[in-house]
Amino acid sequence: MEPISVIGTKNKKGQVFTDPRVMMRDAPRTPSFYTGSEVIKEAIRRASIDVMIAYPITPQSEAAALIGELFAEGYIGDYFRGESEFAVMSQCAGAAFGGARVFTTTAGPGTMRAMENFPMWAGARLPIQCIVTCRGINSPLSIQPDTIEISYLMQTGMLVWHAETAQDFYDWILMGYMVSEEPEVHLPLALCCDGFFVTHTKDVVDLTPTDMCLPPYDPYRSPVPCMDMECPPVRMMRDPFIMKSNYISYATHASWQQEVWAAAERSRKHTIAWLNGLIETENSDADILIVTSGTAVSQGREAIRLLADEGIRVGLVKIKTLRPWPEEEIREATKHATHIIVPEFNVIGWMAKEIKATIPRSERVVAGPRVCGGMTMPPEIIVEEIKRALGIRSTTLAARG
Amino acid sequence: MSLDYVKFTPGFEQFMPKEYRDMVEHGPFGKKTTVSQMGSFKEILEEHPMCAGCAMTLFIRLAIIAFPNPEDTITVGTAGCGRLAISQAAIPFVYGNYGDQNGVASGLSRGLRLRFGDKPKDVVVIAGDGGTADIGFQQVLHSWFRKERFTTIMLDNEVYGNTGGQESGMTTRGAVLKMAPLGKKFEKMDMVTMAKVAGCSYIATVVPNNPRRVESVIKKAVLIARDIGPTYIQAYTSCNIEYAIPTDKVMEDAKTVEDDRYKFTEYVSDEAKAYLAERYGYKEFVPKAPVAVTTA
Repeated sequence: MEPISVIGTKNKKGQVFTDPRVMMRDAPRTPSFYTGSEVIKEAIRRASIDVMIAYPITPQSEAAALIGELFAEGYIGDYFRGESEFAVMSQCAGAAFGGARVFTTTAGPGTMRAMENFPMWAGARLPIQCIVTCRGINSPLSIQPDTIEISYLMQTGMLVWHAETAQDFYDWILMGYMVSEEPEVHLPLALCCDGFFVTHTKDVVDLTPTDMCLPPYDPYRSPVPCMDMECPPVRMMRDPFIMKSNYISYATHASWQQEVWAAAERSRKHTIAWLNGLIETENSDADILIVTSGTAVSQGREAIRLLADEGIRVGLVKIKTLRPWPEEEIREATKHATHIIVPEFNVIGWMAKEIKATIPRSERVVAGPRVCGGMTMPPEIIVEEIKRALGIRSTTLAARG
Repeated sequence: MSLDYVKFTPGFEQFMPKEYRDMVEHGPFGKKTTVSQMGSFKEILEEHPMCAGCAMTLFIRLAIIAFPNPEDTITVGTAGCGRLAISQAAIPFVYGNYGDQNGVASGLSRGLRLRFGDKPKDVVVIAGDGGTADIGFQQVLHSWFRKERFTTIMLDNEVYGNTGGQESGMTTRGAVLKMAPLGKKFEKMDMVTMAKVAGCSYIATVVPNNPRRVESVIKKAVLIARDIGPTYIQAYTSCNIEYAIPTDKVMEDAKTVEDDRYKFTEYVSDEAKAYLAERYGYKEFVPKAPVAVTTA
């Protein structure tokens, strides 16, 4: 049977299903001045989404509501507000089990409430994309930026990417589906950004043409059967492994968990091709490196500029994907560094811990500066941290009065 | 569907296990089998790991036979005894998380409708009383309020059987069970009334010792859910282990409980009645012609 391609045909909105490589790499881009939330909407407009399920929680509410507008305009097959994040993620799972391309968004306490679903999504090999606009999860209640929830997501078996800018976000939403839906990957993606800093600020983002969209999801490329009663043979099972206490059961579960993590590893080559590497480096031959992800990278860039004015040369390693973790890339990029500065927007320093566990001579890692609970990270505190590490006296921010 | 789902891959016939050959050659797919034919065809659910004398298992077998279109039916459930049997059936069973079956079914039903349009793909939730009325309560009620078009079946054994006999919201008041050491302090939850308030188009309460009735309510519930709205069946499926019902008295218990407090009830909305009459020829719901009034 000759395969039938949808490439070049139009959807009901008149958008042309376009080869993703052509759409993302070759098609003309239009610079547009948008908030991060609006950028999410524009990416989803072009993503051929079947189902989006929404729930309000700051700071993702605006994006989730804007996608409702896309539904009203006819760009999305189905859309509704669920009753909690746990329910929403379950509803997303159901739609994905039925063979739909699914999108949702959450943040902070919502991520935590939904958490039971994330390892289930990964284990069930559902290529759902969940935007996570990170915020505090602590008590007393905070709605402010904080990336601590990412550390939980990193243990779920999902792919986890951490965008620095709205441009990353725009591109990675679309590229994310292409990686997630590869038959040898077929895993959910948590696409994270730092809430408010990315969602609620405006930036110039180069958008692909409105009349181009991704080809639709083909559920029959899934490595596990789609639950639609269209995939022969008859599904028959004897002695499901769920409750058995025997070696075969344990071995089955163990091998499947390993397979889920192996699938995340197999996403590397696709991700490298789409994202142009799992990390991005600048002046990585410098003795001092700032290594981090998200908007801490942007603050690091400012700190590097300030230090350059003082004649101190500092390089940068921007980590784009947290799962898969770019272990080899980080080792290679940091091999000459004497000081590895890891600024983070959370109290526990999960990024510094990951890096320490990755590189030789981990005493080179300076686990900070860290801010949390919504505190901003002025570049000056990164400068101060670097000077302290180098034994240079500096005026503290507190002393500035 | 594709009845291709239940065909042999050419060349593989002789290598398939007997179980599989029986399912293809003597299974109910694409045929109209009924509970009165039990024993003469290969059932979608036969072997199972349930306890001897389990009324729930009989009910599940009857319910699956009653599915109007098994070749296009997907079941959804959650933790509980029922899951152990249903997951061994020859139709898909989706297990999401604890108590989220009605959320999963909402997404599944919508996803399948998007992909298959008017071609029926029946989604049926089968979950226990704990899964439906306790941990899954919010998602159950919201799926009804949203008028999600799928069937919810509660296997009500009035206890958490699978975890060893703890009180549930559907346990009757006063029952002494694990986690209710002084007896349950509040009444059995009235899920039937809640289903009505939340807008279910069809609601029935049944016990398993009347197979024809079980078949009838399941069929109606699944058909109505295709186009009209949510449907709910609450079935008394005793736990003979936790309630110490002798194996040979299980059906007798069901009859006693039915007579005492679990009577057969059926609610069909007017819209659902008209739909069953017009679409599926249910004579009982065809509006009666007005009686001519003559005056002397």
